Amino acid sequence: MLSTPYKNATICLGLLVACTAPSFSDDSVKVTQKGKQFSEKQLSLKAGQSVLFVNDDNVAHNVYTIIKGKKQDLGLQKPNEENSIAFEQSGTYRVRCAIHPKMKMVVKVE
Amino acid sequence: MKPKISRTMIIFVTVIAASMLSSLANADSALMRDGFKRPTDIPFPEENGYTDAKAVLGKMLFFDPRLSRENNITCASCHNPSFAWEDAQTTSVGTPMSRLGRHTPTVLNLAWGELFFWDGRSESLEEQALGPIQAGGEMAQDLDLLIAELKAVSGYVDMFEAAFPREGITAENIGKAIATYERTIVSAKAPFDHWIEGDENAINAAAKRGFELFNTKAKCASCHDGWNFTDWSFHDIGLGDADEGRYEVLDIDVLKHSFKTPGLRNINERAPYMHNGSLATLEEVVEHYDSGFVKRASLSSEMQELNLTKGEKHDLVAFIKTLSSNDPQVSLPKLPN
Repeated sequence: MLSTPYKNATICLGLLVACTAPSFSDDSVKVTQKGKQFSEKQLSLKAGQSVLFVNDDNVAHNVYTIIKGKKQDLGLQKPNEENSIAFEQSGTYRVRCAIHPKMKMVVKVE
Repeated sequence: MKPKISRTMIIFVTVIAASMLSSLANADSALMRDGFKRPTDIPFPEENGYTDAKAVLGKMLFFDPRLSRENNITCASCHNPSFAWEDAQTTSVGTPMSRLGRHTPTVLNLAWGELFFWDGRSESLEEQALGPIQAGGEMAQDLDLLIAELKAVSGYVDMFEAAFPREGITAENIGKAIATYERTIVSAKAPFDHWIEGDENAINAAAKRGFELFNTKAKCASCHDGWNFTDWSFHDIGLGDADEGRYEVLDIDVLKHSFKTPGLRNINERAPYMHNGSLATLEEVVEHYDSGFVKRASLSSEMQELNLTKGEKHDLVAFIKTLSSNDPQVSLPKLPN
């Protein structure tokens, strides 16, 4: 069994990978950000699928969500940048742009 | 033998090209204007739909000093309709007569809002309405005591029953009534609105040039877009004070020192400006955005030096002043006693 510091390090590493690595899996779903809106208002995914967030806008965005009490923050995304979030666990998640709060969508994971 | 281009041909081509460029510019201008058209209806949420009874009750509560602990200030003490629903002070004074930390934002056009207060800490207008009533530095009221106080006024008992049948006076219903009234506070048509509806004489040439700058070189419309001239976004615009704003509510790096983008309707009547009331005039505001901001790690990526000329700054202010409407005078309600 891992001691607490190792456990924390493993969790942090896991989150880092989940938040920052662009997804190359075939079943990842692409969501664009344009006109200060997400291209989807609602998504249904299977556990383990990722969402690739692409900034097609002319302003910067910052996508985030809360998964099981932990913040998943994609950080500042300038125009033409992209990044993904892996949704490993079932549940309903609200995704929002931290800068533009009217940009919001719901991700349902089975 | 080289083909000769006649002088007539050159003039013809030049006229056609100029005409095409002018058409394109007009199309661009029309497209820009389209993004600022006024909505036709006020949106009310499903969970708190509009009724006259709620709006009338909400207005009474908004102007009733009994909502404050010392019975000495009302919501309108800070959100004063005579100052476009602000208070013309750098920062306001609460019921204990002490200064608050931030400038009073207007309540104009909040029906279209998203997250409330400068730092967006309230998800709904209903939740927001109860905040200042309870805040120690503002109205400092205990909600249970307020409910007891209102229940002792028979006129309020009847009005709450009419607005919220079989529910009566509750904290939730106080919030719902005030929020309903606030959603009805909408700025009227300004000269700018008449211009985008087709009245070319509604605003002058300087203001028209200012509108073009607002959407292009000055980049104001990156955040101040839509009919209320805000996308409700959060940015650090480099005012340089220590207030961390939205970051205190949501600890995401980009939100450090960020505050909600205010709408610009009736802005000429809403001085001083910014979350800390630190800028006294619209001219100072334009200077700030041109080059007067503090450069720090959290500065919004939309903030860049503009290098506006003196004439361009003048035109921008001329345009912004066309957003002020001559709103109908607000009457004070007769309160139950």
